[in-house]
Amino acid sequence: MYLSQLSTKHLLGIKYITKEDIELIFKTATEFKEVINRPIKKVPSLRDVTVANVFFENSTRTRISFELAERRLSADVVNFAASSSSVSKGETLLDTVNNILAMKVDMVVMRHPAPGAHHFLAKHIDANIINAGDGTHEHPTQALLDAYSIREKLGEIEGKNIVIVGDILHSRVALSNIFCLKKLGANVKVCGPSTLIPRHINSLGVEVEYDIKKALEWCDVANVLRIQLERQDIKYIPSLREYAIYYGINKHLLDSINKDIVIMHPGPINRGVEITSDVADSKQSIILDQVENGVAIRMAVLYLLAGKRG
Amino acid sequence: MEQGKIIVSSDRFQLTLLRLCHQILEHHIHPEELCIIGIQERGVFLAERIKTSLAHMLGVQSFYYGMLDITFYRDDFRRRDTPIKASSTQIDFLVENKNVILVDDVLYTGRTVHAAMAALQDFGRPQKIEMLCMVDRRFNRHFPIKADYFGIAVDAVDEAYVRVEWEQKDGEDKVLLFSGKND
Repeated sequence: MYLSQLSTKHLLGIKYITKEDIELIFKTATEFKEVINRPIKKVPSLRDVTVANVFFENSTRTRISFELAERRLSADVVNFAASSSSVSKGETLLDTVNNILAMKVDMVVMRHPAPGAHHFLAKHIDANIINAGDGTHEHPTQALLDAYSIREKLGEIEGKNIVIVGDILHSRVALSNIFCLKKLGANVKVCGPSTLIPRHINSLGVEVEYDIKKALEWCDVANVLRIQLERQDIKYIPSLREYAIYYGINKHLLDSINKDIVIMHPGPINRGVEITSDVADSKQSIILDQVENGVAIRMAVLYLLAGKRG
Repeated sequence: MEQGKIIVSSDRFQLTLLRLCHQILEHHIHPEELCIIGIQERGVFLAERIKTSLAHMLGVQSFYYGMLDITFYRDDFRRRDTPIKASSTQIDFLVENKNVILVDDVLYTGRTVHAAMAALQDFGRPQKIEMLCMVDRRFNRHFPIKADYFGIAVDAVDEAYVRVEWEQKDGEDKVLLFSGKND
């Protein structure tokens, strides 16, 4: 049985929502996917809602995806990038956001380098807050669109074997994916060099596999993550070339296992490092479906949170 | 829980459906330009029945048929205590220059039809939009909207609740009148 509204006023992370919330978001996203495939891809639901996209970290696709989702719901949109703002002049996070809210903004979509920044904000302001990535903590809409794309491709998630490959240590996508997939009943493994696997990852109910070939033989879906060069403050891997040799997914490796697995990547892709072009562009890859579903999922999240009262 | 008074029984229900189909044919001599669009959720039951009967009368289904969900077009979003769940829209054609008949089970305040007309604009500019309903509560309107075809007119007080039941959903076709909403 589907709920008719979310159990929460904010989307701070997948950890804080229920399985029923996820099902409701998926159901609503399916209806929005029909909307964005019409000749006129717009509905008037959020016409009296103003959304601020506040990005304290660089983003291209998440910001564009959110902005498209907001505009397709007819919301008024203000964009705010930290590099061009008074944050660089020393303003605090709370002051910045309170100033934006004084202009009668109803929802805040925020990306921030500090894990938990959204929790802090949620305690102090009245608007709905959507986490578009907080440091190495969570990226809930990415996990939702990943899980939605898997379900769209395989029919269901429960009981499916999913491996997340790459830089698990720095990845908010990995953490949100683990929470989301476990809530939906999937079996999850992570795979990568030991320096990029967090020490207590088993406590989340996932297994660790260091051998990429074994991981691929086990899984139905491989979600391949980007090596986050910008977060490598110390040398976690000897070189990108070595990473590509040991953990890069290429056609030869996929041909050596005896089944067709689904390949995903949250983007942006480092072609030739974690994944080769012939794999990224193959029929097994659902990377562009993920991008399309991202808009529908974000429309669903915005719509459901905007409709949440009290 | 109140039982409700039957105001249209199953036998009469079938006759009413047939009459509505004949009225449509009377006004649409060229059914190839006709679109029957059921409004989700309960308008779709009536639209399906009309579609089946019309297809039978015409020999083939020579008209367009679709389902429209108006959840994202409602004017009470963020004003209701509990949001309405979205249903699916299935209109795989453009309504440009077509004669559309919107179908719902009960025409009450007119707000649903108002939202449906707004939603329909996203599928093109129809030549004409008409409204068909099983029950027309004609004295409870909030908008200047009227039914072009209706099964029965019910002149009940505002507190009263009219429910149309469908064989395919509830086991039997009938229209019930309650003195107040049960839930």
